[in-house]
Amino acid sequence: MKEIGIENIDELFLDVPERFRLKRRLELPSPTSEYKVKSHIESQLARNKTSRDIIAFLGAGCWPHYVPAVVKSITQRTEFLTSYTPYQPEISQGMLQLLFEYQSMICELTNMDVANSSLYDWASGLGEAARMAMRLTNRREILVPRIIDPDRLATLKTYIAPAGMSIQKIDYERYTGQLSVDDLEARISDKTAAVYIENPSYLGLIETRNDEVAKVAHESAALFVVGVDPISLGLLKPPGDYGADIVIGEGQPLGNYMNFGGPLLGVFACRGDMSMIRQMPGRIIGMTTTRDGMSRGYSMVLQTREQHIRRHKATSNICTNESLCAAAAAAYLALLGPNGLKELGETILLKSHYAMKRLSEVGGIRVPIFHAPHFKEFTMSLSSGRVDNVHEQLLRYNLHGGKNISKEFPELGEAALYCVTETISKSDIDALVNAFTEILLEGAS
Amino acid sequence: MPGFRQTRWSEPTVFELGCEGRSGYLVPPIENPIKEELGDIQIFIPERMRRQEPPKLPELSEVEVVRHFTRLSQMNYCVDLGFYPLGSCTMKYNPKINDYLASLPSLNLLHPYQDEMTVQGVLEILHTLSRWLAEITGTYEVSLQPAAGAHGEFLGALIMRAYHMLSDDLSERTELIIPDSAHGTNPASAAMAGFKAIIVPSDKTGCIDVDALKSAVSNQTAGLMLTNPNTLGIFEENIAEIAGIIHDVNGLLYYDGANLNAILGKVRPGDMGFDIVHINIHKTFGAPHGGGGPGAGPLGVSEELAKFLPVPRIIVEDGKYRLDYNQPHSIGKIRSFYGNISVLIRAYAYILSLGAEGLKETAEISVLNTNYLIKKIRELDVYKLPYDSKRPRKHECVFSTKPLLEEKGIRTIDISKRLLDYGIHSPTIYFPMIVEEAMMIEPTESFEKEELDRFVEVLRKIAQEVKTNPELVFQAPKNTAVTRLDEMKASHPKTMTLSWRMHIKGQSNL
Ligand SMILES: Cc1ncc(COP(=O)(O)O)c(C=O)c1O
Repeated sequence: MKEIGIENIDELFLDVPERFRLKRRLELPSPTSEYKVKSHIESQLARNKTSRDIIAFLGAGCWPHYVPAVVKSITQRTEFLTSYTPYQPEISQGMLQLLFEYQSMICELTNMDVANSSLYDWASGLGEAARMAMRLTNRREILVPRIIDPDRLATLKTYIAPAGMSIQKIDYERYTGQLSVDDLEARISDKTAAVYIENPSYLGLIETRNDEVAKVAHESAALFVVGVDPISLGLLKPPGDYGADIVIGEGQPLGNYMNFGGPLLGVFACRGDMSMIRQMPGRIIGMTTTRDGMSRGYSMVLQTREQHIRRHKATSNICTNESLCAAAAAAYLALLGPNGLKELGETILLKSHYAMKRLSEVGGIRVPIFHAPHFKEFTMSLSSGRVDNVHEQLLRYNLHGGKNISKEFPELGEAALYCVTETISKSDIDALVNAFTEILLEGAS
Repeated sequence: MPGFRQTRWSEPTVFELGCEGRSGYLVPPIENPIKEELGDIQIFIPERMRRQEPPKLPELSEVEVVRHFTRLSQMNYCVDLGFYPLGSCTMKYNPKINDYLASLPSLNLLHPYQDEMTVQGVLEILHTLSRWLAEITGTYEVSLQPAAGAHGEFLGALIMRAYHMLSDDLSERTELIIPDSAHGTNPASAAMAGFKAIIVPSDKTGCIDVDALKSAVSNQTAGLMLTNPNTLGIFEENIAEIAGIIHDVNGLLYYDGANLNAILGKVRPGDMGFDIVHINIHKTFGAPHGGGGPGAGPLGVSEELAKFLPVPRIIVEDGKYRLDYNQPHSIGKIRSFYGNISVLIRAYAYILSLGAEGLKETAEISVLNTNYLIKKIRELDVYKLPYDSKRPRKHECVFSTKPLLEEKGIRTIDISKRLLDYGIHSPTIYFPMIVEEAMMIEPTESFEKEELDRFVEVLRKIAQEVKTNPELVFQAPKNTAVTRLDEMKASHPKTMTLSWRMHIKGQSNL
């Protein structure tokens, strides 16, 4: 203060109009010691029940997968954790190379040419994909499956409404739950900017007619956008194999904890033609060389698409993204490799089918509702009684039932969406089956 | 002066490491009885939906993975290593206890759709945090959902839409006014929300030109987006008049909270007349930036606008915390679930640790540091401080290196690269766009006088180098993991390499 010739710190705030200056103390706690902060928050959070206290069969957009210790130790390295966006590439090569590797692994996984270094989450990624399709086709309608996460659909609506875009829903086959190609053909027109499907779908179904969907979309000169759960792609055919133009999805399963639903990781990939790349939202990292051409290096590229240069004409407003979650995904995929990912897919597939099989033997419930291949998630409906009541009773067994979807799809009756990952054991499933048997017997008597 | 040399590993990409068949992770096996009961896995997926060729992912052992990424980390500068005066980004020290608390299993393992009764602990923390942020910003209610500042801006602009739609004049309210000194996300967010961005110039004091604002305003004005202090670090003194001009035409005033660090506990956006305020948690409130994210961008609004916030809102009833979806006027959803919770937990810990007194001191020290730097840098008599140099700046200041360009053809980017050679992260450069050869310096409260002095000393040395050996500066950096990169080549359609498979393809085309 002496250096700059002031006696009171408030001299530096004299340009704040007198009447706005805060003349009281903020109504906040007083400074608190680290020890007290720690014990307070620890005891607050200890009031929660986690998957250690209660076995939960919940998925629906955020999934309980195991996070290997290696992943955590890498993402907690202070060099990654406490750096900013790599605006100065020469001193930030670590994060840049890591994100380049993340993008590259997403390309391999989805069989697409280009991926960005992350968006906020799958839902906002869908909004961005729809707007990108509008810019590329000059059309304003997007076709989405009727079986879709309502929150994701709501997010899509908020993202596209200001652009004057609209949504049409494509119906599903009542028996299989899969997308109705007939209904798609009936609805598609020269107004359609994009056809969007999810695989596996929101209700865990594997879509099997994707080649046809791609054909229908492309014949109308619409883009084909596919949403994926990337953890399925060691096992399932990648969207690049069935004609996808844009692939989006939720990367949280790849080495990121659930954290009560955030942060998530918006995966975004597309075909490699220049017109698409120019319209892509989000940061992209590229490989280049030093100016003298002597060594390889990495930097952010194509920034002329982005808000800080293009401003109101940018492809998106995104600035801060989910880089560290992408870093976790990169470490996770490097650790598992193609074989690990395939085996993991098989484990999830078998465990979820075991749960489906055992539950289908219990009277009074229908599991799954649809006749189609499933991955990780499946539906259940009650022939009588209410999902909420069953849920309450399951809690007494220290079990947490699936997400109640009765309001989302009234035509399914009292129904829930169950999820089984590699973190659920056979005995967990057996416990669920036993609980159901007892609860439904009681209900019947 | 201590030297700096960043680690240089020449580390291959992860695709060039390892060998076929290697794996770093044992997948939890399928229990035998399950296998026996279900038999062959093939029956569950039809052949045509099965992946034919395995993805070309790397095949590494666990220790190879660890070594590779640890090596990469050593080639990444971070605020825990040293001075990081990246203006507008508020690169301060974030207490380690915050990271510890964010990594507790009692948070990590929570599913967002768990029964509300099983997540009362985290709901209470989030609810309390939103009340604290409302108090700090002088707003009525805060939504914690936006994932970053720009996401908050988008939400804020959507709320403006909803507000005007409800008053039935959205068809006329097509314009959002934004000063020319604003961050690029402001006009981009406005455009995404369907508004036309009307850019108003700054006057010779660096503040928004009030006369220009008056003539830009009309009954087509939906609102104004402003940060105060602005991106020059100057406090917009005329804020009362500005707010009046906007409110007089029933427009709304939006506060870009990127610069909130400067005014914590000193003055509140809500009191200045702002109706909507976003907060960059990853700048102001103790959450590290993670090399680009995740952040969190909570949005506070006035009482009148609270009904438009996204669902669900966290409410408390009879001492029980609930997620309330029943909000007929809500703009809906801008993302899945409720926000970037592990980032928000850090903010809760940060505010609790510092308390009201600590937050106020944070603002004071960060402003003091800035003005100390201004004094010292001006004494060098090389770098120019545009706009009224007698006015104190707040959290940051913007210098121009134009004299060096005129004298020796050295640009800001060259200076910024040379700074790296001394182990100092460069300030933000070429922003705001209204200053030529801009260098935007934000010291934050986290660095001591010695560190600030060292920065000034390095700036002095570089200025000298420009005079005696400009080639040295033009060739910089040389002490970093790589020397100056060819960014033109990186973005050129012919040479652009955006993924490993593009690299392989490019090689085979040679
Ligand atoms: C002034 C200003 N506004 C807005 C933003 C955008 O915030 P975020 O990166 O959190 O989206 C930034 C961040 O760089 C900024 O400096």
